Amino acid sequence: MADYTIKVRRFQPESGEGPYWEEFNVDLDPSLSVLDGLLQAKDRDDGSLAVRCSCRAAICGSCGMKINGQSGLGCKTQIGEAQELADKQASAAGEGGNGTPIVIEPMGNMPVIKDLITDMESTHWTKIRRVTPWLLPHGEPPEREYVVEPESMIDITQSMACIQCGACVSSCLSMEADPGFIGPAALAKAYRFVGDPRDAETKERLHDLAHDPHGIYDCTHCFSCIDACPKGVAPMDQIMRLRRKAGEEGIDDPNSGHDHEIAFVKIIEKKGTLDESLLLQESFAPGFKGKLKPSKRAIREMLGSIPTAIRGIKTGKMRSLHKLIPGVHPKLPDQDDVKAIYAHAEEHSEEFNLYIKGEEGELAEENVEKGIERSTDPDTAQEVKNG
Amino acid sequence: MPSHDVLVIGAGLAGQRAALAAAEEGVSVGIISKVHPVRSHSNAAQGGINAALNPGDSWESHAFDTIKGSDYLGDQDAVEIMTREAPEEILHLEHLGVTFHRNEEGKLGTRAFGGASAARTYYVADITGQAIMHVLYEQLMKYSEQIARYEEWFCSSLALDESGECCGVVTRNVADGTMELFQAKSVILCTGGNGQVWQPTTNALICTGDGIAMAYRAGAKLMDMEMIQYHPTTLAGKGFLITEGARGEGAHLLNAKGERFMEKYAPNKMELASRDVVSRAEQTEINEGRGFPDGTVALDITVVPKKRVHEALREIVLVGRDFAGVDITREPIHIKPGNHYTMGGVKTDVDGRTDIPGLYSAGETACVSVHGGNRLGANSLLDTLIFGKRSGRDAAARAKRIDASRPSKKVLEDEEQLIADIVSREKGSGRRISEIKRELGQTMDSKVAVFRDEAGITEALETVRRLKEEAKTAYIDDHGSVFNQDLIAAIELGYMLDNAECTCVAALERKESRGAQYRTDYPERNDEEWLKHIDLEQTDDGPQLSYSEVTITQWEPQERTY
Repeated sequence: MADYTIKVRRFQPESGEGPYWEEFNVDLDPSLSVLDGLLQAKDRDDGSLAVRCSCRAAICGSCGMKINGQSGLGCKTQIGEAQELADKQASAAGEGGNGTPIVIEPMGNMPVIKDLITDMESTHWTKIRRVTPWLLPHGEPPEREYVVEPESMIDITQSMACIQCGACVSSCLSMEADPGFIGPAALAKAYRFVGDPRDAETKERLHDLAHDPHGIYDCTHCFSCIDACPKGVAPMDQIMRLRRKAGEEGIDDPNSGHDHEIAFVKIIEKKGTLDESLLLQESFAPGFKGKLKPSKRAIREMLGSIPTAIRGIKTGKMRSLHKLIPGVHPKLPDQDDVKAIYAHAEEHSEEFNLYIKGEEGELAEENVEKGIERSTDPDTAQEVKNG
Repeated sequence: MPSHDVLVIGAGLAGQRAALAAAEEGVSVGIISKVHPVRSHSNAAQGGINAALNPGDSWESHAFDTIKGSDYLGDQDAVEIMTREAPEEILHLEHLGVTFHRNEEGKLGTRAFGGASAARTYYVADITGQAIMHVLYEQLMKYSEQIARYEEWFCSSLALDESGECCGVVTRNVADGTMELFQAKSVILCTGGNGQVWQPTTNALICTGDGIAMAYRAGAKLMDMEMIQYHPTTLAGKGFLITEGARGEGAHLLNAKGERFMEKYAPNKMELASRDVVSRAEQTEINEGRGFPDGTVALDITVVPKKRVHEALREIVLVGRDFAGVDITREPIHIKPGNHYTMGGVKTDVDGRTDIPGLYSAGETACVSVHGGNRLGANSLLDTLIFGKRSGRDAAARAKRIDASRPSKKVLEDEEQLIADIVSREKGSGRRISEIKRELGQTMDSKVAVFRDEAGITEALETVRRLKEEAKTAYIDDHGSVFNQDLIAAIELGYMLDNAECTCVAALERKESRGAQYRTDYPERNDEEWLKHIDLEQTDDGPQLSYSEVTITQWEPQERTY
């Protein structure tokens, strides 16, 4: 048992007053959760303290909240750890020592209804419904099951692991700037269908999400949602996969992210290092043909980048010859190592997700190290046990 | 007055399946849930769902395992229906988009589960319930024109018309506190179980036996209420669930001496014996001093290949890490039997019909009975879906057949008065709701658990009856309308106390040991006197007992060994 002070941002809509802070003293084992702390305060001190909760085990997704400024689940955050973070934050801000109150607030990017309860319907669920969140197969289903690659099901199970808690939405920096952004949870949900071989509208879904100005290119790649997600769904990764699929579909990416990525890979494959001065040309007018007959867009982009280049020269960011003149950058001497990396990547091109690689990728690393093939058939393994 | 042909109360798997099935029949459907549907506790079903779909497997085999698991208290006609319809339901879910695990050929793959004679459990990693429920919710969103969703609406009582038929429900919109009387031709109760009556429990805070209590109060019969499942692998203290899938994948149970003690209790099936058998074995080890000092035994998952653990038991890796501080891939985790499932509930027929015309029930709220004295792992999801579907269809057929009768405003006024009473109680006028709830939970967990006897159950019943009195003066802090969770907790406490009283009365009555009911004072199963269901009906003096026959079709009761 240990004593903690939790400082809750409260709002009682019927009081006629604005939000305020209230501190509660609770005593519980450090391994118990922040939600346990809140429930103790609710049970002992004030039953009007409002917080959605149900399973207490990070499955139902009810108790999304901000703890010390970080979005997550109250039930999955140990109160002892929350205390450590509160102390660390306070000492970093020069505000002293141990026993700093643990700050608990409602989720961000959503209207607050009462205390820690937010209006998820008007934000989160409206966005989920925006991505046509149901399977759209072609024609009548088969007599038995759809036969699909086993990996494809494991692949989208990462998106299926989403419990719709809203922590990613709460933490999303893009949505703060553009409330219209479809957002991490809904786009992760979209990948669940785009990656599903049973869905027949993959192309239409990708075009829809790519052409919406609040769609897949609205993400700024800030990783906040990955940090916030309590279930390892990694919404940003799912958005990046949507982008990659859109690129493969030949969808014109207004940010040229897809072409840019290919240019990076190509240049490094050739030179073993990044020849930055080639990037622009390779991204917009790749290869021999691109140089001879650049597209209108390529010319526009090249001209448009001249002021940036001039600024770079003026401020001294582009001084050396190989940063100024495309193709002058020397190759790295040991090309064999670079080739080996590319060969390895080619061989292991299949994407490892959470259900394959394990937490923190430890299993994937072990597999790569030991060269273990993924082949054991769980069904036969079980039959042996079963018999 | 909002009105629907079919009104479903509760939006877990049974409720959502019932709503979709009713909507397919072309009637207007409303679905009411006190939490957002995806928060429902069906989420927590980890391991999978049973069906005899593999070539070489048969529904008869599945049915026999279920009946043997039930300790012959399951009604065999109902079990036959459930197991026969199981394969079609799995394929239906697969077609809707559930991401079931595939074998190397890309077809549906299975895992082994307790009490089953074949590997027939279909699964999505260890988030099967969640994966199915989110897919059904996708369908609810898709058919939003046919199915009206009332999310975060709380039901507090049923409305009957003059001829005693169910014609509506009294509800409270949690978001603003408005009370509303809903009219319906058919009402389906799918509000889950009553796990919160016990502390600790694997069940969510919302599992307070609402539907069971509402039906009971309206005059419907309850059945098998003494049959409460203790799951063999729950975390000490918090009661969190470790899926049976762990043992299905090959994990061992060890006592403090490192012995695989199941050898003594179930030499053939070992860790995969029925849940009541495994829970009793564990409790015996603990009681006889071969457990760990914290009152637990160990579950050793390190014998399962790491790759397989990450692929198929990821949720358990997280539960171990986040809630017990244990890396299950490297060390055993301490577990004990914990409250898990309500086999009993509102007595229904195979189409979900209760004793009250127009009132249906499905899922954990209902008792068909397919689980009898003990439910097999991975049969609960199946129960929710099969009988959810069947009650949805029958409720729709009834709605097409009859004219609506208008519920009397009086039920609404009574309910409003009741709420006004609760809100007006002065602080300090009685005990706090949370105190009573805690005492109830601890009492039930110590007296009406894995091992029971007359003295203990009697003591529990006396406590429950005292708490019922105390609940009448218990006060709340919140006097507002918006999200008054305090008020809802007070009403739920009333539901829980009714559930507890019924369980105690039935457990006291059944003077034998069968399934989850193990009486140390009557340690043998006694088919001659007790191969029958105990039914309960509400009277002013508490639950009134009666009996009903167990339906036996082709499997005569025999000795049960694993």
